[in-house]
Amino acid sequence: MARQVTTRRKLGMTAVGWIVALLIFFPILWTVLTSFKTEGTAIATPPQFLFFDWTLENYFEVQSRSNYFRHMMNSIVISVGSTLIGLIIAIPAAWAMAFSPTKRTKDILMWMLSTKMLPAVGVLVPIYLVFRDWGLLDTRTGLVIVLTMVNLPIIVWMLYTYFREIPGEILEAARMDGATLANEIVYVLTPMAIPGIASTLLLNIILAWNEAFWTLNLTASKAAPLTAFIASYSSPEGLFWAKLSAASTLAIAPILIMGWFSQRQLVRGLTFGAVK
Amino acid sequence: MGSITLRNVSKSFGSTVVIPDIDLDIAHNEFVVFVGPSGCGKSTLLRLIAGLEDTSGGTIEIDGQNVTAAAPAKRGLAMVFQSYALYPHMTVYNNIAFPLKMAGQDKGAIDKKVRDAARVLNLTDYLERRPGQLSGGQRQRVAIGRAIVREPKAFLFDEPLSNLDAALRGTMRLEISELHHQLQTTMIYVTHDQVEAMTMADKIVVLNAGNIEQVGSPLELYRKPKNLFVAGFIGSPRMNFVSGAEAQKHGAKTVGIRPEHLVLSTTEGAWKGKVGVAEHLGADTFLHIHVDDIGQVTARADGEFGVNHGDTVYLTPDPAKLHRFGPNDEALA
Repeated sequence: MARQVTTRRKLGMTAVGWIVALLIFFPILWTVLTSFKTEGTAIATPPQFLFFDWTLENYFEVQSRSNYFRHMMNSIVISVGSTLIGLIIAIPAAWAMAFSPTKRTKDILMWMLSTKMLPAVGVLVPIYLVFRDWGLLDTRTGLVIVLTMVNLPIIVWMLYTYFREIPGEILEAARMDGATLANEIVYVLTPMAIPGIASTLLLNIILAWNEAFWTLNLTASKAAPLTAFIASYSSPEGLFWAKLSAASTLAIAPILIMGWFSQRQLVRGLTFGAVK
Repeated sequence: MGSITLRNVSKSFGSTVVIPDIDLDIAHNEFVVFVGPSGCGKSTLLRLIAGLEDTSGGTIEIDGQNVTAAAPAKRGLAMVFQSYALYPHMTVYNNIAFPLKMAGQDKGAIDKKVRDAARVLNLTDYLERRPGQLSGGQRQRVAIGRAIVREPKAFLFDEPLSNLDAALRGTMRLEISELHHQLQTTMIYVTHDQVEAMTMADKIVVLNAGNIEQVGSPLELYRKPKNLFVAGFIGSPRMNFVSGAEAQKHGAKTVGIRPEHLVLSTTEGAWKGKVGVAEHLGADTFLHIHVDDIGQVTARADGEFGVNHGDTVYLTPDPAKLHRFGPNDEALA
């Protein structure tokens, strides 16, 4: 009897899971489908789901109107660059807070997080002016700097949580075993921290890749990443749904593929059973 | 060698005093057990000796050398942690080899020592596994292996058996005692389990609220507890304490009598009571008896002693085994 109930529950949960997943995925699926439609079919009522004349015309059109690969390179440089610099700054910071916390550690963490509570537009004007005066507008360097700063609190928080999960007794054991601080870092801490650092890296690349506020406001053409590339298709001359969808599909494709291949890393835990 | 001397050692965390002032001598090759209730400072004391905590005052000497300010690795001690603290990303072989690598020994010597240790600890078949693939007892043995390859001056054990099940705990207790005889090295062992303390120790240090209540061999503590705390802590089941008129007869504020020192009879005796719960262990039966005017008393009876819940029994304390305690809970001569 009890067993039947569990089976039914399992079926119910599975169904709910699928429905939620499909709901979340549907906009992406619709975007991808629309990108293969003509502009006419794209706005047809009732909407056509799968049975329409599939065409690659939008992709050719998008590629001829703008240089996709240059935008993609910008996106790669900006997201990877800001993430790496962010990690270089955040690892020691999170490390210090996780392994030698003080009374103020919690306050510092809250303070860092509080910068994310301010709407970005609130500092747009000052940052814009600083960038203009320093010649950073529409440069990759400028965007790397601003995205590093924008995502730094999240990187520190993520790493801090991961580092906190490394049991202190293991570090003490290493100290008893005669490891110097350098040995401790190289042989014990880094191997244990790498899964956490890897997940932080991947997640932050995704965040930086999708960041649209700063990338749209601080670039014009030279350093414009894929977000700006998509935005250029929602233009005043009218909405071209099919082309916009093609541009969006092209923009999310690289990060989707990266996410797909690294999903194990993204959800991976930290310890493997040394401490129970 | 491995003698350890503590002089006026104290430790505070902020304004909380964990250890007020401790003096202690541990001789070479002694098996010393720190025992006490949770929060009595026994683990802190061990960590002070290990160097994982800094002292707030006093000095720690190992083999006559002042190591109070020395780093943990420089003290020549090895520690086995409660959580085993194995390196999860390394194989058993590399876990055991780690301290030797850190000491910069050459590969051949490391290999020999690791394999020797693995043989002693029955780990030879598991050398290529990772800690996550081992059982609790095996992990514990790896942790011990990592400690013995260093040939330390002393081993420090921080409640090493508390994560194991009862049967395994019994086996590991024997293995650690056996290891002590083989290695002839000082061992300091922290536990809250007085059975572990009694069965393994050469010398027991009973701690309470950061103070040493008594130091002595297991039987000394059993026979002549210095105060009420030690009397109640050492011995299982716990010593019975009686105060009031019955104690005054013996000229004491409290008298204590162990369950095994009460003579039971169904016909006559000094105290009359009613049997409550009887715990049958086979060879022994522990009877929880409600004695008129005294209260709950535990008595040990022979396993065959047949009484039922609610029966009337008589108890007579063995006068030679009676412990008398004065007004400040100190034992009276």
